[in-house]
Parts: sequence; structure tokens; C-alpha cells
Amino acid sequence: MNLPPLYPFLRSGFRVQRSAQGMLRTCLLFVVLALLCLPWADISVTTRDPWLELSRLGWGLLTPDFGRPGELILALANTLAFALQGVALGVVGGFLLALGYRFALIRRFSAFIRAIHELFWALLFIQLMGLSPLAGVLAIAIPYAGTFAKIYGELFEEVDPSAWQALPSGTGYLSGFFYTLLPQALRPMMIYTSYRLECGIRSSAVLGFIGLPTIGFFLETALKQGLYSEAAALFYALVLVIVTMRWWLQRRLVLFYLIAALVWLPPKVSLDTALVVRFFTEDIVPSPLRSIQGWSDVLPALERFWPWLNQLWQQQMWAGLTHTMILALLALVCTSVITLLWFPLISPLFGGRWRQAGGHVFLVWMRSAPEYLLAFVGLLLWGPSMLPAIVALALHNGAIIAHLVGRYSEGIRLREDAATGINRHFYEVLPRIFRPFMAFTLYRFEIIMRETAMLGILGIPTLGFYIDSAFSEFRFDRALLLLLLTAMLNMLVDGMARSLRQRLHLSSQPESL
Amino acid sequence: MMFIRKPKATACRLAVAAFVSLFAGLVHAASFTFTAIPDQDESRLTERFGKVAGYLSEQLGVEVTYIPVKSYPAAVTAFRNNQVQLAWFGGLSGVQARKLVPGSEAIAQGAEDTAFKSYVIAHVSTGLSASGGFPEGIAGKSFTFGSKGSTSGRLMPEYYIRSHFNKSPEQIFSRVGFSGDHSRTIALVQAGTYEVGVVNYSVWDDELKQGLVDPAKVRVLWTTPEYPDYQWSIRGDVDATYGQGFKAKVRKALLEMSAPELLQAFPRSAFVPASNSDYAPIESTAVSIGLMDAP
Repeated sequence: MNLPPLYPFLRSGFRVQRSAQGMLRTCLLFVVLALLCLPWADISVTTRDPWLELSRLGWGLLTPDFGRPGELILALANTLAFALQGVALGVVGGFLLALGYRFALIRRFSAFIRAIHELFWALLFIQLMGLSPLAGVLAIAIPYAGTFAKIYGELFEEVDPSAWQALPSGTGYLSGFFYTLLPQALRPMMIYTSYRLECGIRSSAVLGFIGLPTIGFFLETALKQGLYSEAAALFYALVLVIVTMRWWLQRRLVLFYLIAALVWLPPKVSLDTALVVRFFTEDIVPSPLRSIQGWSDVLPALERFWPWLNQLWQQQMWAGLTHTMILALLALVCTSVITLLWFPLISPLFGGRWRQAGGHVFLVWMRSAPEYLLAFVGLLLWGPSMLPAIVALALHNGAIIAHLVGRYSEGIRLREDAATGINRHFYEVLPRIFRPFMAFTLYRFEIIMRETAMLGILGIPTLGFYIDSAFSEFRFDRALLLLLLTAMLNMLVDGMARSLRQRLHLSSQPESL
Repeated sequence: MMFIRKPKATACRLAVAAFVSLFAGLVHAASFTFTAIPDQDESRLTERFGKVAGYLSEQLGVEVTYIPVKSYPAAVTAFRNNQVQLAWFGGLSGVQARKLVPGSEAIAQGAEDTAFKSYVIAHVSTGLSASGGFPEGIAGKSFTFGSKGSTSGRLMPEYYIRSHFNKSPEQIFSRVGFSGDHSRTIALVQAGTYEVGVVNYSVWDDELKQGLVDPAKVRVLWTTPEYPDYQWSIRGDVDATYGQGFKAKVRKALLEMSAPELLQAFPRSAFVPASNSDYAPIESTAVSIGLMDAP
């Protein structure tokens, strides 16, 4: 996988002194907060006899069943088609939004649309459009557009302005943009976009869990029915597609792939106008307010609205909010620990070529495994507590950040007589990688927060759990309020992480993850 | 070799055809489309219900397509969006669907569904055993339902548990979970992940017969009173789309379905007539435990 240059970290060396203490304080703050959460986090192990199920799972992983190639190929083709179309549309939308990224309103709008997980966008669009291809494409495209807007917008801001300043006066904005800004930002934009396609494939697979015909559709069934050999085959196929991306994703072929995706899965939809109207004018209106016909109904309706809202807050919103925050914080701290343990696996500072190659393979595996799958295995192992969710998030995100930090460490030159082993880790390498490590981890915090949503669908009572319940009870008024709460929480975390990174001078350069 | 390969190839083609139709044909269904989620074994849905589609197509004289869906809510959504005109729903999902699609009607139910029931099951380590009466001892244990929208795995057991203790499940049990489906509930209670669970009786009986349940680890504590469950529901506008008397033809075809290989897909022994009013108790139960808003 290609990654953008990391030079800004080197550039900012002179600020190291000033912010080192700040970094330490921030780290401690997170650790203390996580420790404070522990008493409220449900991390007990409740399984008594997991070995039968686990041995079946292990046997399944060893004996993948590729006996249904038709289904497998079809599911893969659908997965890729959704991912390609969704990401392509997201690129277009994100690019347009990035043009106006100077405006606070557009920044907020972008933050809002990416704050809602693609699973929830999918649940919404499926209500409006049925199980249609367009619902899946939009579910990926919209949050991705929000992310692209941010990354592209920040890349445009970072471009060296001297070329623009050298333009003759009277040059129009568009000419300036296309001849100076865009060419300079294009390379990192393309690298980032190709990385997001990898995420798009994972997202597309996950959309299968709620009913779109991607690989997740079959994977979820196989896991639920205990058909682990079939599940293993599907999982291996997904990993294979992601791992081989660097070979099949050629720039020249992108257009071809996109056309093939459109032909395979034309983003058709049939909108039932009456349903859409009903959705916006009735379904999403809080149920106590629906009966309002005239002015005389307003007061009694409001009188019913407050108890309704209060009940929703007490029974679902507050519980979901606290569980989400506790889970995300604990997962963040565990992710950091995993990162620091794993980045040496691929770092040239800690081992020879073979060890690095092995480390790369291991990290690719760990980050290709959808968190959903890891959490599923964790649930079998330890029972239904927050523990499997924390471990799943930590392993997946830890593998991603370890990869980035490991790659960063390639640029570090140690003295010939530098310490070795554990001393090298703590005294030579850790201080040098700590800045990018913090930057990546803080950046990832928002993403961890978003991912708690999916684990909610697995049964861990985060906000995602209650949103899933509201959708399955066809109470879209509740779903919408819970979604807005989730979006606000994510935007808050995003803003906080951003301001922390600025305060600690952790580079404002967008990272690729 | 040819003989061995052939059925597999046919099955694959069937699956491909069904899925392409999900996304090409479904968008506006020209053919009559139905969906069904059986209460157990969700694998190979397309193959199993493809045969049912073939039978219906023969009986009705129109093209009939089956589309697989992931969950009860997904089935209801497809029904609501007119992507399917006929659906094999659970008791609760049928009520939800017919509420969202005015004019729709329950037309047939499984012979077993007129008097359905659920079992409360427990891991042996709880020390609980069947005593005839309601198992008081389940209070304070960890507990799992099946899927959130299930009638036999959630709605009815929750109703009986609530009315016995006069408390919500969260107040009664140390932990409440949703396993997602009946087979999973059995697996989780058997593994001791949850101490107690509720499960659809026919899935339990079937898995017991197949040897998937270890009686040394998990056992039945109590059987709920009987209630109506799965049924076929059809949209009200099918006569307008497919011609006068179409609904009656569908009902007749369903009631006359007798080939074991077709009935096995559900799995039911036969289909018998049903009407919306048969499910009034389900609706009032859903309202009483707060799963639905009062009409």
C-alpha cells in the first residue's frame, strides 16, 4: 500500500521541546480517563464452555469450503461494484465540497455527513428506496464524500502558495485552481483515494450484514449458522481481493472497472413518491407530534412530547451515549498499546528482511479482518460483554496504526552503536516515533467512535444498538433522534481531536487513515 | 463426473439468477415476487425457495421470483416498498408489515402456527430444572432473546416474563442479550455464554432430533402458553396489478401446497387459512410491552 510522505513531522522538529510535555499530559489524561471508565465498563468473561464452538471455528478456518464458486464470485462482484461506484461518487462529491472547504458551513456539513456510519445511511436509504442498488451506493458515497472533502480540502490548504502568487494579476480563480493548486495536490489525493477504495471494499462487505447482496450477506449467514468452513472461504476471498489491490488497481484500468461496475450493477431505483412523502412528513416526526392538525393540538401534543423524549433519553440515549464513550475510550487506549507492541514487526530497526515480510503479512491480515468478525469470535470466547468489542477495535485499529508507524520508522537512521532490543525500543525509537504515533492515534479516535456503531448491531449496547432496534421496530422518529445524537458525538470527538493535534503541534497534514 | 457436477451447477445458476433478479428485476418487479425467512437454517435460501417459486409460478400462471432477505425488518421493508408482494412473516413482523401497508392481508399460516409456543431453556450449571410452573429461578441470571423482531424468540416470551415478574427484562436479569436467531440462542446457552434463553419450540425439537443439542448441558425449563405465529401476508393491491381474483388464487395455491420438498423449506406440515384478526393478540402484546406504539 502506498502512503503519503510524512515529511511534515520532520519539519516540525523545532517545536518538539515545547509540546513534549503537552503530549505526555494528553497521554496520561487518556489513560486516566480510561481507567476511570473501567468500573462502568462491562468486561467480564461469562462463557463457560466455548471450546466446542471455537474448535468448530478453528476447523472451519483450516478447511475453507470453496464448493460454491458461483455464489462467491457473485458476492465478490457485488462487493466490488458497490465499493467502486460508492467511492467514485464520494470522490466527486468530496471534491466539490473541498472547493468550498474555506467556508465553515461546508466544513460542518462535511463533518456531519461523515459522522454517520455507512450502515446507518444504508438503513435509511433502504427504507426510502427498498433494497435497491442505489441505496447501497449512496450509503457509501455520502459518508465518504464527507471524508474526501476534509482530506482534499486540507491538502489544498497545505499546497505551497508561491505558484499561485506568481500568477499574473487578473487570473481567474478556476484557472489558478486548475493550474497551480490541483497539480500540486493531485498525487497525495490519488494515493489517499486508492487507500479509501480499500476501506470502501470493507464497507461494502459490511453492508451485506444488513441485507445488500455483498459478501457480508453470506458471511453473516454462515457465521450465524455455524458453517465456519463456508465463512472461512468468504473471508479468505475478501482478504485476497484487498491484499492484491496493489496489483489489480492500475490507474489505466480504473475507468474500465468503473464502467464494468455500472454495467454489472446499474444504480437503478424505483421511488414510491407516496412512501417518500410519508417518510418525511410522518414517519420521522416524533410520534406524539404526529396528531397535530391545527393550532389547538399543539399544546397537548407538546405535553406528550416531553415525557416521550424524557423516556427515550433515559432508556436509550443516555445508556447508548455512556456505553459508546466508555467503549471508544478503552478501545483507544488498547489500540495505542497494540500499536506500540506491533509496529516493530515491520520496522527495519528491529529485524531482518524475513521478519519484516512476516510482520507485513500479519498486519495486513489483522487489518483486513473486519472488526465485526473479530468481535464475533470474541463473543464466542468471552461471552457478551464489552470485552470482545474492545479487543476487536484494538486489534483492527492497532494493526492499521502499527503499519503507519512502522512505515514512518523506515526513515529513522540510528547510530551504529545504538542500543538493541528492548532498550532500543524505549530509548531510541519510541521518542522518535511518538509524535506521529500520537497524531495517527488521535486521528483514529473519531473512526473508532464511528465503528462502535457497527458493534452495536452485534448486540453491544452502544448507540448503534439502539439505532438498530429503532429501525427494526420501524420507529424512524426514534432512529432519527438517535442518529442525530450519534452524529453530534462524533463531530465533537472529531473537533476535539483536531484541536488537540493543533495544540500539540502534531502536524495538520492529513494522514491517509 | 458429469452426474456429480450437474446439480451443483444448476444450484449455482439458480442462485445467480435469483440474485441478478434481486437487483435488476426487483427494482420494479414485473414478476410476482415473494420473500421468506424460515425460523431455522438460513443457508441456501435461494435454492430451497426457488422450488417454491417454481410451484407458485405453475399454479398462478405468472412469473414468480423469490428474493432472499437478511432479517425480519428487511422483509417488512421490501414488502412496504412493493419489492415483494407476498411474504412469509413471523407473527410480529406480519403485524408490523400490515400496519405499514394498508389493505394488506394475512391469507395463510402454517398448521403448526395456529398454536405456536416457545421454550425457556437453561444451562445445567444454573441448577434449574423443569418444575411444571413458571421458572421463578431464572431471575438474576444472564438471559438471551433471539432476534429483536422475533415473535417466538422475543415478543411472546418477553410478555410472559414481564407479566409474571411485573418488571422489565433488564430489571429481572443480570444481563439481557439478543442472539440474532434461534439456533444461535441454543448454541450460546449450551456454551454457557448466557445462562438462560428463549427459543422457538420447533427449532429446539428439530435440533434435538438432529443431535445438535447436548441434553447434558442445556435443558428446557418451561413452555409458554400457545399463540399464533408465522403467516403468509399479501399486499392489497395485487388484484389491481395481476388481475381480478389473483389474491384468491395465491391463497388457494398456498393452501394446496402439499409436496414435502416444498413444505420442508419453511418447515411446516401444511398451510391453513388465516386472517388479520387471528393476529390481534400479537399486536396488543407488542403494544403492551412497548414494541409498537398504540394504534
